[in-house]
Amino acid sequence: MLKAFYHLLSRDLRLAFRSRHELANPLIFFVLVVTLFPLAVSPSAETLEVMAPGVIWVSALLSVLLSLDRLFKQDYEDGSLDQLMLSPNPLVILVLAKVCAHWLLTGLPLVLIAPLLGMFMYVPDEAIGVLMLSLLLGTPVLSLVGAIGVSLTVAVNRGGVLLSLIILPLYIPVLIFGANAVDVASDGMSVRGQMLFLAAVLALALSLAPLATAVALRITASR
Amino acid sequence: MLDSDPTKITMLETRQLECVRDDRLLFSDLSLTLSAGEILQIEGANGSGKTSLLRILCGLRLADEGEVLWQGESVSDVREDYYENMIYIGHLPCIKGDLTTLENIRSLLDTRSQSAPIEEIDVALAKVGLAGFDDVAAKALSSGQRRRILLAFLLLARAKLWIMDEPLTALDVQGVALVESMLMEHREAGGSAIFTTHHGMKLPCEMSSVTLGNGTGGLEC
Repeated sequence: MLKAFYHLLSRDLRLAFRSRHELANPLIFFVLVVTLFPLAVSPSAETLEVMAPGVIWVSALLSVLLSLDRLFKQDYEDGSLDQLMLSPNPLVILVLAKVCAHWLLTGLPLVLIAPLLGMFMYVPDEAIGVLMLSLLLGTPVLSLVGAIGVSLTVAVNRGGVLLSLIILPLYIPVLIFGANAVDVASDGMSVRGQMLFLAAVLALALSLAPLATAVALRITASR
Repeated sequence: MLDSDPTKITMLETRQLECVRDDRLLFSDLSLTLSAGEILQIEGANGSGKTSLLRILCGLRLADEGEVLWQGESVSDVREDYYENMIYIGHLPCIKGDLTTLENIRSLLDTRSQSAPIEEIDVALAKVGLAGFDDVAAKALSSGQRRRILLAFLLLARAKLWIMDEPLTALDVQGVALVESMLMEHREAGGSAIFTTHHGMKLPCEMSSVTLGNGTGGLEC
């Protein structure tokens, strides 16, 4: 079972590194959107500092949302998804491997580039760590919950709007607590509550989302 | 599981299968039995439900009525055992263009928790006419060659039951002969197969067939 997880994870990572332009897309999107705000609104430190947590979190969320398509689309189109479902291994484990690969390729780069964008947006030094930690706890949830939506819409042509409608309401709690944590940390207050909430949501998503995704994939395949 | 007379063992059995698609009855009351060493061809016009039937047989699609039994037990109860012994080749290639031939075969085998030594893979590749293509990216291969990767995978996976949807798609004359000889060897080894095809497949052995009636839900054997 662990072997199946590892093999699928390494296959997806290998495939991603063979088409690098796709790999860079979410990261470039994230950086571009954040850098456009000072140009469009105001480059003054006071304005940017107020906007920073929201802008960075919204950009990260949209960047993950745009990359979700990649999660199952290719496997669905070339028939590999059928083979995964016909594997003697539990589908939940395989789903988890695919989501892990997705997070490593989209969420993790966002977490790593976030300090740079934070400084760029005048986020105080003491809040940079919180920004990274909130993204580290939040982006896996975005990938896990997004997988449920993708597995339901992968068979729909141009299912992008439908996907957003299904997924965005579920993303909102993560967005509120993530952005709020950075905001509160900028004012020098404790963010324990927000972090514990994000961690709890991550634990919940990690245990339930793969199950829901596996069921949704079976429904998609049965049509 | 094999005893002295392998042809007596029932591999796959269906009971009163019914399939409805978009409010249209494709087939109903479809009961068939497949023994070890038996080869079954599903016939029928376009849209008569051949692919739906195969997807029901391998458990990807749920039948509207009836059940599928693997060695006497409901497929949903023995899913793991069934999937270890069954292999399904759909009409989609399931080949990744960015991976090489060898990586494609390895990842297909990994999905089934199987592995094969490189010598064995080389033998299988030579048999399907892909010797020397092992480190060529699959996107550089023709669609017929990609189908041949699947055939090599089929040889290496050693499943007892092959379920194949249009296995002759994109294959040339030699490819068709190759599939025929693979089916014969598989049969001699006590394996069984179910397939659909619109090309003429001539097997020098007994072959059962089921014809799905178009829209009528009728069934002729």
